[in-house]
Amino acid sequence: MSWETWIIATLSRSIVYGTPLLLGTLGEIYAERSGVLNLGVEGMMIMGAYFAFTTAYITGNPWLGILMGAVVGGAFSLIHAFTSVTLKANQVVSGLSLTMLGLGLSGVLGRGWEGKPLPASLPKITVSSLSKIPFLGPILFEGQNLIVYLTILLVPLLWYILYRTRIGITIRSVGESPATADSLGINVDRVRYICVFLGGILAGVAGGYLSVAYRPAWTEGMTAGTGWIVIALTIFAFWNPAYGMLGAYLFAALYHLSYRLQPWVSPELLKAMPYIFAILVLILVSRGTLQKRMGAPAALALPYTRGEE
Amino acid sequence: MKRRVGFNVERIPIASGRLVFFVSLLAILAAFVVAGIFFQIYGVSPIKAYQLILRGSLGSRFGIAETVRRTIPLLLCGVGLTIAFRALFWNIGAEGQLLMGAVAAAGVALFSGLPVPLLLPAMFIGGFIGGAAWGLIPAILKVMLGLNDVITTLMMNYIAIYFIEWLIHGPWKGPTARGFAYTDTFPRSAWLPTIYGTRIHWPTLVLGLVLAVIMYLMVTRTRSGFEIRVIGENPNAARFAGISQLKTALLVMLISGGFAGLAGVGEVAGIHQRLLGPTNISMGYGYTAIIVAWLARRNPLAVIVTSLLFGAIMTGGDVIKVSLGLPFQLINVFNGLILFFLIGSEILLRYRISFLLRR
Amino acid sequence: MDNSEGYAIELRGIVKRFPGVVANDGIDLKVRRGEIHCLLGENGAGKTTLMRVLYGLYRPDEGEIILNGQPVQMTSPRAALNHRVGMVHQHFRLVPTLSVEENIVLGLDEGSGPFMNFRKTREKISVIANEYGLSVDLQTKVWQLTVGQQQRVEILKALYRKVNILIMDEPTSVLTPQEVDQLFSTLRTLVDDGLTIIFITHKLDEVIKVSDRVTVLRKGKVVETLLTTEMDKPTLARLMVGREVVFRLEKSPLEQREKLLEVNDLHVLNDRGLSALRGVSFDLFGGEILGVAGVSGNGQYELAEVFTGLRKSTKGRVFLAKKEVTNCSAREMNNLKVAHIPAERIKMGIVPALSIRENLILKKYRYFPFSYREFLNNKEIEENAHRAISDYQIAAPSCETPAKLLSGGNIQKVILARELSENPSLIVAVHPTYGLDIGATEQVRQVLLAQRERGAATLLISEDLEEIMTLSDRIMVLFNGEVMGILDAESAAIEEIGLMMAGTRHQGEEL
Repeated sequence: MSWETWIIATLSRSIVYGTPLLLGTLGEIYAERSGVLNLGVEGMMIMGAYFAFTTAYITGNPWLGILMGAVVGGAFSLIHAFTSVTLKANQVVSGLSLTMLGLGLSGVLGRGWEGKPLPASLPKITVSSLSKIPFLGPILFEGQNLIVYLTILLVPLLWYILYRTRIGITIRSVGESPATADSLGINVDRVRYICVFLGGILAGVAGGYLSVAYRPAWTEGMTAGTGWIVIALTIFAFWNPAYGMLGAYLFAALYHLSYRLQPWVSPELLKAMPYIFAILVLILVSRGTLQKRMGAPAALALPYTRGEE
Repeated sequence: MKRRVGFNVERIPIASGRLVFFVSLLAILAAFVVAGIFFQIYGVSPIKAYQLILRGSLGSRFGIAETVRRTIPLLLCGVGLTIAFRALFWNIGAEGQLLMGAVAAAGVALFSGLPVPLLLPAMFIGGFIGGAAWGLIPAILKVMLGLNDVITTLMMNYIAIYFIEWLIHGPWKGPTARGFAYTDTFPRSAWLPTIYGTRIHWPTLVLGLVLAVIMYLMVTRTRSGFEIRVIGENPNAARFAGISQLKTALLVMLISGGFAGLAGVGEVAGIHQRLLGPTNISMGYGYTAIIVAWLARRNPLAVIVTSLLFGAIMTGGDVIKVSLGLPFQLINVFNGLILFFLIGSEILLRYRISFLLRR
Repeated sequence: MDNSEGYAIELRGIVKRFPGVVANDGIDLKVRRGEIHCLLGENGAGKTTLMRVLYGLYRPDEGEIILNGQPVQMTSPRAALNHRVGMVHQHFRLVPTLSVEENIVLGLDEGSGPFMNFRKTREKISVIANEYGLSVDLQTKVWQLTVGQQQRVEILKALYRKVNILIMDEPTSVLTPQEVDQLFSTLRTLVDDGLTIIFITHKLDEVIKVSDRVTVLRKGKVVETLLTTEMDKPTLARLMVGREVVFRLEKSPLEQREKLLEVNDLHVLNDRGLSALRGVSFDLFGGEILGVAGVSGNGQYELAEVFTGLRKSTKGRVFLAKKEVTNCSAREMNNLKVAHIPAERIKMGIVPALSIRENLILKKYRYFPFSYREFLNNKEIEENAHRAISDYQIAAPSCETPAKLLSGGNIQKVILARELSENPSLIVAVHPTYGLDIGATEQVRQVLLAQRERGAATLLISEDLEEIMTLSDRIMVLFNGEVMGILDAESAAIEEIGLMMAGTRHQGEEL
């Protein structure tokens, strides 16, 4: 296989696997920007995956499945919002408990669904005219599905909202200085609920994508730590959707490479790379002048202090 | 701020021990009720299910033995976690530290060639070091670079998992059976003695109980314990008093990681006698221990009780799997619910709601 | 029926209770349209609470609010803004990482949908800024601004929302005298334009300078409302505290002992990496109190932290009793008997959840007899606590009581007991009487004077100029991290100190 073909194939697959990572990260960015750390992403993803799969199986319509995944992910996240925002409980523990719950529930409910074939998955799209563009063409426009494109479009949209709109200013103020936002009449709790809810919906879609489009199949625990990578990704994306996209596709590439490079490098090492990489990047970033000059705000973004006011 | 006429919400500065106990009990009961609903949905009568669980985990000799055996790693990890949590170090990585302890023990058992009387103690020491080292890395990163402890400890879990995968598929590969990989079986001298007829590897159990008591004494009666409490309650005042953040963080993670490592030793030397795939060594002991420590309100002695509770729940999970055909994952549902209700109920410990009758 | 015409604001019978205290006890207040009305009172008199009720941050337990003759319900700050009431808080409510214009626009619904038209907004803001002389670069992030500029942003925020009632809560506590004058002239301009301003303060000078009328609050009740022409400082002070205030404390004559502290060319950075102290040099002798005056934010906090080992210097040397202590750690300074009474009592001074007796040994726990090797000696610790409680008259049920349950004054006493029990040679006291009632304040000051008589050298850092002038033997003024001058307290004129606080170096001999 020539180098070029190899690179194209890798990047193409990176986008495929990167999509659920990106979806999850975009949602988590919004949640954390509003001040709430959501460690329940893994649980929401897998609940979304399960319900998406079963709905798609029963109705025969994969899109209904994805929709259901979104709904379930969102509903689950509302529980986390309730404990974190209304009850003001410890967010780390709340998120963890929901992940356990999600993994457990999906495992219990998912008994018997393993190995069932999905009648209809998401259709693969090939835009023949655009796929002729050298290099980018085959990566982006051959055999991808609609969700991939929607996700890519979400990035600039969510970026714009966060940095250039009134809504974004509101969200950022709630996450940086909730007392200030509150004194100006902003309903801090409501903003946080909405952002966490958005995070849950996107996590649910990500899960649904995994079970309905990526595999497609249902296996117990199929998210396999994707939710945790999302948590790490959010941080070194600097809570910025644009960097989130970069990180998501990068990690996806590493994951994909773990299989490809099997003859030369141990797959376990490559699979561990995202996690090692996450820590390494965090280390690099911690010394950046960006953090220092920004002073307190960057420290405010540390998950477990935010939201405790 | 009062919102409605009719009741008054007051903040309680300190909740009494009795209230804490009562509220915790309430949370556990709530979890069982909700879990019961899930049983119902699955078509099983909750009462029948709970009866089975109770009888299975505590009603028979075998059941109790299994419960105790599962309690051992929960006890060790839990005690370590109470210390870490007291210093506000959110160690989510007990799972990884346990695994690394297991790796160290396996390494000593398989390759050190030490004579019999030294082998087991060496394994324990090695396991402690392995777990402690794994826990010290996030500690150093937090104190020197300000890295978030939740994230780093979490990431280290997965690194540990893949490390073991690599070992048992690669350099330490033993015989494979039914597609599962593991190392060679340890030499007999590396097996922990168990109580006759059970899988309770009692040396680890004794170790856990002793360490629980020692930790309790440490927290209440020593300088280091005092420093840990000060840092945990007010890090600013700790700085002010000249208490070294670095030293304390290292100390608590040494203990927390080391204890988890000991738990890992117990599992491979006491139960499996070889190094297995990570999910077979620990069925989420490290994560469950978080709940154990939380429920114990960070009191090392109380961990003895709470770890027993969760040991019983885990055994109950086995019972359910066998007799009712429900998947083992149900345990996670229990754990998640209990943890969830625990933190949800904490609001009852912070506020007192009194009803006023007004015209 | 009472004729409320002409009154922009009328508060009738406002009662607001918190656990353990009645902050506002049946307050009646009438503010005329177009006047600057001062609310004067000590800390804890209820001024801020009252204004927070007016601004909708608190719901009153009883009473009503009437604006321009119409009773209104202030359910939230949003409601207040709808009624054109704005508030500039003492601690600015700004989001540091957002820009000026983003902060101004925060929370507003301009009807142009979710998207921002920054150009239009910028124009609108500039018009207002120019009209009132409140210029500031709109696109800078707030954390990059000076305190005075941040305050301007706060005012712009309110003006942008077209308020016609503006509440200012202790606005001058972070300004230099020159900036204060600027603020006052801005307020005059606003009032000429028809705004009504309520000005919360505890500083008598300001009341006389800027207000049309003043209402004095004491312990949650209105004492009296006066016209500017009817007042002078002694009268106001008397109304404020309820008895004749003695402006000079009984103080034994200065007995300067040997030089205890020598500071040479100290350079220190603050948390943001910017210069906090530049080339500070001074000496401090045993038996005297050196007051450090200056507007908050000019390096005082950093100075205190240097002497207690909490902050490293980048240049310069410090000698304590001839021994070099430059960049010693907190623990080392402890060992050298340096006492620190911190500004933030609860955040830094105590461990709230631990008991009184444990708090009292916060610095001593490492030493015999409180611990031996690793183990704490609980009996000794308890005895120590009993001694401290009786010596300092700390009001608490027992020595096991968690510190967080104590009142502010008692917490300060615990801190004093702890810090001063070992007869320190150097005492660094930062805002020691902040937030305390008159009785506690006097007790604290007496303690400091007693230490002075014992021969300790005290560095007194305070925003309360009156306190500095009362207690100090010499006064050092910091501005922008530099020493503007060191004067003898007895002979120093407050105008000269004010000038130094604003940046004019002292001409003539320095002490």
